[in-house]
Amino acid sequence: MLLRHTPTEIKERKVLTINPAKTCQPIGAMYAAFGIHGCMPHSHGSQGCCAYHRSALTRHYKEPVSATTSSFTEGSSVFGGQANLLQALNNIFTVYEPDIVAVHTTCLSETIGDDLPQIVDKAKKDGLVPEGKKVIYCSTPSYVGSHVTGFSNMVKGMVNLLAESSGRHNGKVNIIPGWVEPSDMEELKRLASLMKVKHILFPDTSGVFNGPLDGTYRMFPEGGTSLQDLASAGDSSGTLALGEWASADAARALDAKCKVPCRVLDIPYGLAATDRFIDALHTLAGVPVPEEVERERGQLVDVISDYHMWLYHKKVALVGDPDQLIPLTEFLVSVDMCPVHIVTGTPGKAFEARIKEITKDVPYEVNVKAGGQADMFLLHQWIKNDPVDLIIGNTYCKYISRDEDIPMVRHGFPILDRVGHQYFPTVGYKGGLRLLEKILSALLDRKDRDDPEETFELVI
Amino acid sequence: MSIEAGVVLEERRDQVHRVGEGDFELACNRASLAGAVSQRACVFCGSRVVLYPVADALHLVHGPIGCAVYTWDIRGSLSSGPELHRNSFSTDLREKDVIFGGETKLADALDELIERHKPKAAFVYSTCIVGIIGDDMEAVCRKAEERHGIPVIPVMSEGFKGSKREGYLAACKALSRLVGTGDTSDISPVSINILGDFNLAGEIWILRKYYERMGVQVVANVTGDGRVADLRRAHGAALNVVQCSGATLALANMMQKEYGVPFVRASYVGIEDMAEALYVVAEHFKDKDPGIVERTSAVVRDELEAIMPELARLRKDLEGKSAAIYVGGAFKAFSLIKAFRHLGMKVSVVGSQTGTSEDYKELARVTDPGTIIVDDATPLELAAFVKEKNVDVFVGGIKERPIAYKLGVGFCDHNHERKLALEGFVGMLNFAREIHSSAMSPVWRFTPRRAEQRS
Repeated sequence: MLLRHTPTEIKERKVLTINPAKTCQPIGAMYAAFGIHGCMPHSHGSQGCCAYHRSALTRHYKEPVSATTSSFTEGSSVFGGQANLLQALNNIFTVYEPDIVAVHTTCLSETIGDDLPQIVDKAKKDGLVPEGKKVIYCSTPSYVGSHVTGFSNMVKGMVNLLAESSGRHNGKVNIIPGWVEPSDMEELKRLASLMKVKHILFPDTSGVFNGPLDGTYRMFPEGGTSLQDLASAGDSSGTLALGEWASADAARALDAKCKVPCRVLDIPYGLAATDRFIDALHTLAGVPVPEEVERERGQLVDVISDYHMWLYHKKVALVGDPDQLIPLTEFLVSVDMCPVHIVTGTPGKAFEARIKEITKDVPYEVNVKAGGQADMFLLHQWIKNDPVDLIIGNTYCKYISRDEDIPMVRHGFPILDRVGHQYFPTVGYKGGLRLLEKILSALLDRKDRDDPEETFELVI
Repeated sequence: MSIEAGVVLEERRDQVHRVGEGDFELACNRASLAGAVSQRACVFCGSRVVLYPVADALHLVHGPIGCAVYTWDIRGSLSSGPELHRNSFSTDLREKDVIFGGETKLADALDELIERHKPKAAFVYSTCIVGIIGDDMEAVCRKAEERHGIPVIPVMSEGFKGSKREGYLAACKALSRLVGTGDTSDISPVSINILGDFNLAGEIWILRKYYERMGVQVVANVTGDGRVADLRRAHGAALNVVQCSGATLALANMMQKEYGVPFVRASYVGIEDMAEALYVVAEHFKDKDPGIVERTSAVVRDELEAIMPELARLRKDLEGKSAAIYVGGAFKAFSLIKAFRHLGMKVSVVGSQTGTSEDYKELARVTDPGTIIVDDATPLELAAFVKEKNVDVFVGGIKERPIAYKLGVGFCDHNHERKLALEGFVGMLNFAREIHSSAMSPVWRFTPRRAEQRS
C-alpha cells in the first residue's frame, strides 16, 4: 500500500496540499510557447524551474525539450534579473537562432519585481534582438492559479504581442485549442479541414512533441504555428476558444485588440461537445457539415449503443484540469456512467457549478472540488468512503488505482508511464471513440480478470 | 575541428576540452550562462534528492506548488518499510502568503501532518520564494519541534543560491542535525555507514548484503531506504564509506571533525571500483577483525564468478563500440569509463553537470587522446559531439535520452530513472545488459543516419 498513510476519515484541511492535482504556472507557459514554430521558451528565474519543466515535458512526451533560463543567482535575486535576461536574449539569438523567444516569469522574478516589458524594450533598444526576430513575454507567478493559468497567460501574450489587424479579412477562423495533446491539435485541424474551414490554430504543438525519429536532433522541430499565422490571427473572421480556463482570455484579448469576435466552447471531448464544436465551425464559416464528419459521429454513437449496458451506472472518479473535466464529465454522463468524485487543483468556482449542473441527474451523491485542497489525497479519501469502478486521470492516479484495486484510464497531464497521448487524439468523434475504447477495455479487462470460471464469458 | 564554432557559446569555449590537444585547462564550477540550455537544476533539487529517501521522515516543501510536484516520487528511491516519502506535501503558497508571509501556514501544516502521520522527524524545504519573503523557517521549525517532540529540521535550499551542489551541502547540514542524537551503545567496532547511495532500484540492499557477508555492520543508510533512528546514531559507526561526488561528502567531513569518524570514498559502479570499495573497508578493519580480508576476497570471487560468463558473452557483441557519458557528478564518470573497458568499449565523449577542476584533470588522464571532455553541456553541444564521434550508446539522464534516440543512438539511464540496479557486481551485469539491449537494438537499423553509414 503505497498510500497507506491516507486515512479514510476526511478532516477539513486549510493549509496543505497533498499529492497535488495541479502544478505551477510556468510549465503551462512553456508548453504553450512550444506551440509556436521556431520558438525558444525562456524561463526568467532560477535554473531549477527550467530544468524541472523540461524534465516533466520530456517524461510526458519522450521527446527532446529545449528551453533556456536566466539562471538567477543570489546577486540577481537582490539586484533584479535585468542583466541576466539581457545577457540571455543576446546568447539565445546568437547561438540557438530561434525566430522568437517567449519569456515567462517565475515566482522569484515576479516577487523581486522584474518588469518584463521594460527589460525587453531595453533589449530591443540595445540591439540584442536581431532584425525580424521577436520576443514575447507573460507574467506567470507560481503562487497564482495553476499550470493552466500559465498556459492561458502565454497564449494571451501571443495575441497581445504578435497578432495584428491589417484591416483586411483573411477569411480564416482562429482556433485556440487549449491545453490538449499534439495529437488533439492535429485532429482539430483535420476536422476543420474536412469542413473546408480555413483556420489558424494556435498554439500548435503537433509536429513539435510527436515528431519522427529521422536521425537528426532539431532544437526547433518542424511543427508549431508560424509567426505569419500568429500575426494574421488579428485578421480572422472569428475565434473559437476551446476552454474557459486555458483559451478564453486570449480570445477576448484578440477581440479587444483586433475586433475579432470570439466564442468560448468546451474542448470537444465526447459527443455533445464535439457536436457544439462542429456546429460552431459550421455557423462561423458558413459551411455545410460534410458526410464524412456525420459518418464519424455515427460510428461513435454506434459503439456507444453496442456497449451501453457495460457502461450503465458505472461510477467514475476524475482528476484533471477544468477545461478537460467539464466535457469529459459531460461525455461520461451522456453514456450513462456516473462521475461521482471530481477534483482539480486549478481554482475556479464556476467549475464546481458547471460540474454540478452536468451531474444533476446522476443517481448518486457527487463530490466536486477545485483549488487548494482539491488534491489526490482528498480524491483518494472520497474513493475510500465511496468506491468507484474506474479512475480517469494522469499517471499519479496509479497509486490510488493500485492501492484500491480500481482500473484506471490515463488522461491528462502528466502521463509518465504509457505511450499514446502524443499520437492518438481524444478530441472529436474519433477521439471519443478512443476514449470509449479505453474505458471499455479497462472495465472489461477487469471483468475478465475477476469473473469466476463459471461466469467467464468468451463473447462480450 | 571547428564544430565548437557552430554550437558552443563563445563564453563556454573553455568548458570544452579535447584530450591531447593543448594544455589541459577546463573551466568549471561556474554558474550556467544565462540563456544557455543548461541541463543543470537548482539548490532545492539537490537537497530534495539527497533527503527524500529517508522514508520515515516527513518531507514538507514550503513554497509554491511546482517545487513539490516536480520532485514527487520521481527518483525511485525504494523503501523496505514506510512509504511516507512517496507523498508530496506542500504549503502551496499563494499570493496572499507571499505578501503577508507564510510562517503561520507552515506551522499549521506541520501540526496537521505530524499529528496525522507521526513521522520520526520532519524536513522542511525552503524554496526561492521563501528566501525572498524572509519567512523565519528556523524559528517555525524550532517551535514545531517543541510542540511535537520530534526533530523538525529546516533545509535551507532556496533555489537561486546555486546549483545542485549547494543543495547537497544544505542537505548535509540538515542531516548533521540528526546525527549524534541517538544511542550508539550496541554498535559493533566493525561498522560503517553507507553515504551517498539512494537505493535506486534497490541498490543499497545489494551493498548491505556484501558488507554483511564481510562481517561489517551497516549502521545507517545515507540516505537510501534511510531511517531517522539509524541516522541519529550514525556517529557510532567506525567508518563512513562515501559514494557520489558531492552529495554527502560534506556530511562525512562534518562527522570526521565532530565525532572523529574517518571516511573513505567509494564507487559501486563497475567491477574494479565495486571490489575496491569492499577491499578498502576490509583493509580498514583488518586489525580489529583479521578474518575480514579473506571473507571479502570470497565475496568478490563468488560475485565475479557469477557474472563473468554472461559478461564475456555480451562483450563479444559490444567490442569496439563507442560511448558518450554525461552525468551529474564527475565521480561516476570514472567508474563508467572503467566499466566500458570491461565491455571492450571506448568512451569518446565525457561530461558532467557539476564536476570540479580536479575531476576533469583526472578524466583527461584516464581517457584516450581525442576524447571530448565537457562541463555543463547544452543539448546542441551533446548532439554535435555524439555525431562527430559516431557514438553507439549514450549514458545520461532523462533530458538526454530523447536527444540520443533522435540521433539514432542507444541510451542507458544512469540517473534517477534507472529501473535496474546498476551498482554492485550484479549491477555491472545489469549495466552490460542495458548497454547491450540498447546499443544492439534493431531499431537503429531503421534510422536514416545509421542506414546511410552502413550503405
